[in-house]
Amino acid sequence: MINQLHCLNFSSILFLVSIFGMFLNQKNILIMLMSLEMMFLSTSFIFIFSSIYLDDVIGQIFSLLILTVAAAESSIGLAILVVYFRIRNSITVELMNLTKG
Amino acid sequence: MYLLIVMLPLFGALISGLGGRFLGRYGSSILSTLCVFISSMLSVMVFYEIGVCGNTCFISLNPWVEVGDFKVSWGFLFDSVTAIMLIVITIISSFVHLYSIKYMEFDPHCPRFMAYLEVFTFFMLILVTGDNLIQMFLGWEGVGLASYLLINFWFTRLAANQSALKALVINRIGDFGLSLGIFITFYIFSSIDYLTIFSLVPFFKDYYIIFWGSKFHGLTLIGTFLFIGAVGKSAQLGLHTWLPDAMEGPTPVSALIHAATMVTAGVFLMIRFSPLLEYTPLVLLILVIFGSMTAFFGSMVGVFQNDLKRVIAYSTCSQLGYMILACGISCYNVSLFHLTNHAFFKALLFLSAGSVIHAMSDEQDMRRMGSLINFLPLTYVLMLLGSLSLMGFPFLSGFYSKDFILELSQILFYSNLHLTYGTFACWLGTMSVFFTSFYSVRLIYLTFLNNSNMSRVSLRLVHESSSLIILPLLCLGFLSIVSGYSMKDFFIGIGTDFWSTSVLILPNHSYIIEAEYISIFFKWLPFLFSFIGVLLATIINFSGFIFRDNLKILSSVLFFINKKWYFDVVGNRYLINKFVYFGYFISFKSLDRGFIELMGPYGFSKLVPKWSKMLIYWQTGQIIHYIFYIIMGLLLCLLLINFISIYPISLFVFSFVLIFFI
Repeated sequence: MINQLHCLNFSSILFLVSIFGMFLNQKNILIMLMSLEMMFLSTSFIFIFSSIYLDDVIGQIFSLLILTVAAAESSIGLAILVVYFRIRNSITVELMNLTKG
Repeated sequence: MYLLIVMLPLFGALISGLGGRFLGRYGSSILSTLCVFISSMLSVMVFYEIGVCGNTCFISLNPWVEVGDFKVSWGFLFDSVTAIMLIVITIISSFVHLYSIKYMEFDPHCPRFMAYLEVFTFFMLILVTGDNLIQMFLGWEGVGLASYLLINFWFTRLAANQSALKALVINRIGDFGLSLGIFITFYIFSSIDYLTIFSLVPFFKDYYIIFWGSKFHGLTLIGTFLFIGAVGKSAQLGLHTWLPDAMEGPTPVSALIHAATMVTAGVFLMIRFSPLLEYTPLVLLILVIFGSMTAFFGSMVGVFQNDLKRVIAYSTCSQLGYMILACGISCYNVSLFHLTNHAFFKALLFLSAGSVIHAMSDEQDMRRMGSLINFLPLTYVLMLLGSLSLMGFPFLSGFYSKDFILELSQILFYSNLHLTYGTFACWLGTMSVFFTSFYSVRLIYLTFLNNSNMSRVSLRLVHESSSLIILPLLCLGFLSIVSGYSMKDFFIGIGTDFWSTSVLILPNHSYIIEAEYISIFFKWLPFLFSFIGVLLATIINFSGFIFRDNLKILSSVLFFINKKWYFDVVGNRYLINKFVYFGYFISFKSLDRGFIELMGPYGFSKLVPKWSKMLIYWQTGQIIHYIFYIIMGLLLCLLLINFISIYPISLFVFSFVLIFFI
């Protein structure tokens, strides 16, 4: 039986995984963007689960909005990535430290 | 007339000081001399009115400061004591002015000199005529200022600068005591007018001040602090070192300030406060002890000084000791009598010394003089006269006052002193008579009678001074012959009513009758001692006996005396240097520029770059580090939100700041 706790656990763990994906990732900026997408996914999950369990439609509306924002965001992110790659010829996160203090 | 006495010197000072360059050298000299001279004539008239006719004049002008109980008004009190002080100050001052016209003839700053002299006279007159302590203090400080300006008159000389500073600073110690005395007076009496204080003194006989759990007798406290003021100004033992050094000023200054007038301000204060001191046996005891020690010390050190003016300066120191001693055995009238006579003969001595120095083309060392009797017979006569008066030679002025002080110290029944202290004072006083006559005769011998030791160049230039220098000397010589005898009955005659209410001597402190009838041996004793002194000095000078070559121990003693008992050395090394060290290394280096700066701007300015460097290292440019900060910050915030409900907010801020500092 899937209950509310399981759903929340699932989406939290998904969120954590995506955080670790951002943290521990030293190489690839693509993976970072993917983790970001995963974060959006997990938050959308939580909204949807909550809307189902609370029997309220606003959560689903909000998750739809999140989906659009995430789509826009990932398109802009990919655009930045492309521009960056065109200039630096690499997408290694480790080497992106030209603006240090 | 009364106010004119005080204001004329101020007028002269302003005119000759501010308009000196329009008046010129002689114009300003003559103007200022005339002012003081008129003032002295007026004060003779005042003396007649007050002393002879028995009036007391009290002039109250407009109020000065009025705050609650504290009311000070410009008031002038002319009673017998003031009248005598007026006579002394104005006469000495006018003679000194007259003398300085010629003596300072070729000095480029003559108008300034005259203005300073008159400023001094004005403040001294304010000091003696004031009817309250604040006005007296105005004069007291003004006199200190004038002495600074006058000693430092030749401001290009280093020695003059140093001794002027020394005089000012040492006087300031006394002034500190005096101002404390004024504060306590106001605290006890709620008034600082003489008349109020002195009327109230018997009611406060048993008044105690409780301060930090200990009880102090109020009147004794006042007396002690006032005496500290007198110690500073009147060069009693301990704070006397400025007086001989003040001889760096021009000679007329020494005669005016450090012989006749300024140093007597302390004695005047003691005499003025006789109604208060009479009720405090302890302060009288202190006066006796200090006075007799100063008399002894001054005369003993004077014996082996080689500077002509310095010998006379130490003699002044010693005579001031006599005056204070006389105050201590509550014979204020005798003290004032001695003050008057002393002013005359000491001014005479100083001015004659100035004449000698002038004749010797500014040579002050007695060892380079000698046989001046052939060149300066008139100065010799006058100086001999002054010295004999100083020694207490019978029938000259010193005899009537100084020997009487000694007789007073020899009586056997003191009501307020233990007999031991009387004996102490008596022996020290008598010994100092011996030394006094010794150095006086030594001075005469070395300067006038011995073979000449001067160079041929200066020998050719020796000449008697001009008549303007000799005239004041003659007048002072006349005064120092007659002042003792002629004023004896006024001042210390038995049953004289000259003092009316200006000096209070309690009936059981009155020793004059007994002093008249002490045994004949004691009466002759001072004369005997001074005779021995004269004899010894003569023998030594005739036999050509030289101290320093003969005995090791004797020479070391002489060295000790010549170095003024090492008062200066010990004071400098163990007191002043320690203070200077403390001031530089502790309070300046360690506190001001050290600890406080470290806690303040200096330490902060060191800390900010350190912190900012640390913050700069945090900005690595790595995205994952920033993500780390964001997430950690989020967690911290959550943690804090959890904790806020448990801990008070201040602790929180504190721990946050602590984290920030670490």
